[in-house]
Order: sequence, then C-alpha cells, then structure tokens
Amino acid sequence: MTAEPIGTAASGGMSRRRRRQLSLGGQYGLFVVVLVVVVALADWGTLRLNFANWEVAKSLFPDIITIGLRNTAVYTAVGFGIGLGGGLIVALMRLSSVPPYRWFATGYIEIFRGLPLLLIFIFVGVGVPLAFPGTNIPGGAAGQAGLALGLAATAYMAETIRAGIEAVPKGQLEAARSLGMSHGRAMRSIIIPQAFRIIIPPLTNELVLLCKDSSLVLFLGITLEQRELTKFGRDLAGEQGNTTPIIVAGICYLLITIPLSLLARRLEARQRRGQR
Amino acid sequence: MTSPDKETAGGNAVEISGLHKSFGTNEVLRGIDFHVAAGEVVCVIGPSGSGKSTLLRCVNLLEEPSAGTIRVVGADVTDREVDIDAVRRRIGMVFQSFNLFPHLTALGNVMIAQRKVLKRDKAEAERVARENLERVGLADKVSSYPAQLSGGQQQRVAIARALAMGPEVMLFDEPTSALDPELVGDVLGVMRGLAETGMTMLVVTHEMSFAQEVADRVVFMDGGVVVEEGPPARVIGDPAHERTRTFLSRVLDPAAARVGEGE
Ligand SMILES: Nc1ncnc2c1ncn2[C@@H]1O[C@H](COP(=O)(O)OP(=O)(O)OP(=O)(O)O)[C@@H](O)[C@H]1O
Ligand SMILES: [Mg+2]
Repeated sequence: MTAEPIGTAASGGMSRRRRRQLSLGGQYGLFVVVLVVVVALADWGTLRLNFANWEVAKSLFPDIITIGLRNTAVYTAVGFGIGLGGGLIVALMRLSSVPPYRWFATGYIEIFRGLPLLLIFIFVGVGVPLAFPGTNIPGGAAGQAGLALGLAATAYMAETIRAGIEAVPKGQLEAARSLGMSHGRAMRSIIIPQAFRIIIPPLTNELVLLCKDSSLVLFLGITLEQRELTKFGRDLAGEQGNTTPIIVAGICYLLITIPLSLLARRLEARQRRGQR
Repeated sequence: MTSPDKETAGGNAVEISGLHKSFGTNEVLRGIDFHVAAGEVVCVIGPSGSGKSTLLRCVNLLEEPSAGTIRVVGADVTDREVDIDAVRRRIGMVFQSFNLFPHLTALGNVMIAQRKVLKRDKAEAERVARENLERVGLADKVSSYPAQLSGGQQQRVAIARALAMGPEVMLFDEPTSALDPELVGDVLGVMRGLAETGMTMLVVTHEMSFAQEVADRVVFMDGGVVVEEGPPARVIGDPAHERTRTFLSRVLDPAAARVGEGE
C-alpha cells in the first residue's frame, strides 16, 4: 500500500508503526462506543427478567440435561452412525467400477444434498408411515430423527469419505496389491484407515452440524420424554412466559458444539503440521 | 533362507515374450522378449521414458499388457483365469517412492500382509517381521512410523515387507533414485546381500557400479525395446550399440548429460 521508500518512514510524517497504532486504536474506540450505546439503550431490568431469570433457569434443571441434552445427543449419535455407515457404502459405490452403482450413488448424493433437511424430516415422519402403512421405524422418535438426519448425513459424508479415499496416494493401493492383497482387502486394511485419518476434521464438523440439525425433530410428533433441547426450551419458554429456557438450551448446544469445533480445528492444524 | 523354489530352480523365474503395452495411442513397450533364470540377478538400464517401469509393472500385472505373454514362477499372469493375488504373493516389489503404509509402524508394515494374506498367526508374523527387519539392519526401528524414518530406512523396511512374504522373485524399480546420495549405500548393501543368498532379482536402476558388481546380466532398453543384453562387463564396459554408448556416457558423466539434454 505505502509506496514510499522505507528510509523516509521514520523521517517524513508518521512512521508506519505509529500509523498502525492509530488505526488499531480507532478500531477499539469504535467498538467501545458501540458497546456503550447498546448498553445505555437496553432496558436491563426487562432483559434480565426475560433472558436471564435465575429462578426460571434453576427450575429447568435437571430435566433440560436428563431429557433435552440427552435426547439431542442420542438423535445426533444415531444420525451420525447411520451417516457414517451409509456414507461409506455410498462412497464405495460412487468409486465402484460397476456403472449402476455409480449412478445410484451420484443420484442419491445429489438428491439428498439438494433437499432441505426439514423436508426429509417431514418425509420420514409423515411420508413413510403414509406410504408404508403399518411400518414402524424402530426406536420411535430416536429412530425417526436418526433416520432423517442419517439420510442427509449419508449424502454429505459420502462425498467427504470419497474425497478422503481419493486423497490416499495411488502407490498405497499398488503396494498393497503387490503384496497379494485383493482389492477389497487392500481397501479395508490400507486405504480406508488412511482415508478416515484424513477426514476426521471434516467429520467432526459434520457432527457439529448434525447436533444443531437434530432440533428439526421438533416437527415430528414426539412425546414429552422425547423432547430434545430446542423443543424443550421452546415448550418451557411458552409455559413460563419467559425466554430464559431458550437461552439455557442455547448454552447447552454451545457446550457440545464449541468443544467439538475446537477439537476439529486442532486436529486440522495437527494434520497440517504433518504429525500423526 | 529364501532360496529359489525348487520347481523353478534351473528353469526361468520370469519369461516374457512378445510383450506390447500401449497407453491409449502411446505404444510404450514394442515387443519385449527376455527371461530371468532362477537365482539370477538382472539389471535393466535405459533412458527415462524407455518403458523400464512399465515392463516391471507388467510382470506383476500392476499394468495389464496389451499383447504377449508373461510367465512368472511358472504361472501365466496374462492368463485371464489366473489367480493374480496368489501369483503376486510370490513376487516381491520395491518401489522408487517406498510406498510404506504411513498408518502402521515398521513392524506393522512388515506384518500386515503376512497376517491378512498368508493368514499367519500374530506370533509367527511378528517373528518373521522382526527377523526381516533385522536382516535389513533395522532391528532398533521396529516401532517407528514411516514419517520418523529416513528415506533409506523406509526403503529398507519396504524390502523387509516384501521379503517377509517369502517371494521367489524380487522386482526393484529404481529403489535408490529417491534417496539422498549418502543413504544409497545402505539400500544397495541390503540388495547385494540379498543377491548373495541366491534370490532371483529384476532390478531397474541407474546405479551402474551396482549393476557392474552384482548383476549376472544387464538389459539395456530404449524406446520400448531391448536394445542389447549380456554380462555387465560387456554391456556396460564395451557396448555394441551406439544408443547404449550414448546413454552410458550420459549416466557415467553427469556433466555430459546436462550438455546432452541442452539444459
Ligand atoms: N499410467 C500411464 N498412463 C499413461 N502413460 C503412461 C503411464 N505410465 C507410463 N506412461 C508413459 O509410458 C512411458 C514410459 O514410462 P516408464 O515409466 O515405463 O518409463 P521409465 O523407463 O521407467 O522412465 P524413468 O526412468 O523416468 O522411470 C512414458 O512416456 C510415460 O509417459
Ligand atoms: Mg521408471
């Protein structure tokens, strides 16, 4: 930006360092001003009563943990499990030398990545019982939510896993085959373990997304015991005429998602440094 | 320890006839005929792009030949009915870029195919793995991961990995080309020792002194054909063909090579 020669910086006008300090100072100043204005304008009494009502918050425990957080974790885990297994299968089909497998995999990925997740939830919750009367998705709400999440996650993870498999150098497969391993054995023992090491960071991010998306279970008919964090927070906010439950539910999400995101970032950084 | 198979002893471990290989319209091998006798060490030399790697890779069917037949340890690998995995078990291959499995330790690298392919039990596989790692001078590196090893050490693990399968033929594709000069000697030393045990070896290399000392026969390839072959003293010491002489003058005198390539 500054085209002037370095020698003139100290002598003529402001030094570059001084200018940096001023610019930084300006940015902090602006931040403080905005903060002060917001604080001055807000109606703190009402806010505190509505958003951080200690009595309301206390009344949520332990149910918000034993029901809400627990169900969120269960739906997420079931969805992730289905997505991981399904994603691996679809990824292998996508890479298969049998054309119909590839077509199926490509179609599946495009369709389920292109649909809003909410539509998939409604499809699983309403469409499947209508289309196949008498069928019961095992596991009740957990099964339905897990299936809906898993169907979508399968499409996303298939692409991630495929990219991971393709990132393993070609020489690995050749070395494995030259030792007499069959293609399947080489995939299982050599390629897929390496692919999963490569994709652990993106898979962790996928877990974070699933955790948030599990809130869509709200649109399935679920019992009180099956409520996860979002529904739990919303219901109690309605019952108590207070926003605090939603804030507490939000904090519970962050308790899961922030550590996971940090973990993903650390794993990524570690991989970039080329460690194992 | 790994003496040649008695069935093939005295016969040919590798027999190649009329081998052609094209990649699309690019004909890389244009009719190759040659053999490697059991217990013999054959070095293949030739300029870059002459098809040496492709030839080696055809022998264990990492590349599918376009035409011709290849018999290895008595099996016709070009026969569509052949169980190629079973044949590959009997052929060891060492790559220029090592291709160690980075998620396994040195010991794990040498054990995995023994376990999964030969179905050896854990104790037996580990015993054989340790024995072979010791043989290549890496007894103290068994629990190191490839990323923790030097190139020369990695290549020696790769040799141990191939040897642990008890192969009857070993293929080497420029095993020292990716190594720092000071590490080349260790790997060549291991290969020399292997040759002394009577292992059948087909080695693509640019190490002329290794070829001169260790090879029973040297094959010079250029443009997808075998230009000449014979004892190293003759092919390297007194080549019959102009193309061989040009090639040798370049590899034996790197300065001339640079001038020759016009760089
Ligand atoms: N998989 C492939 N697809 C297309 N062309 C290939 C493939 N492998 C090799 N070739 C071509 O075949 C020719 C011979 O390659 P090859 O690797 O066998 O040569 P080489 O003698 O081993 O050379 P170098 O000394 O550089 O290793 C080259 O022109 C190369 O571009
Ligand atoms: Mg080559």
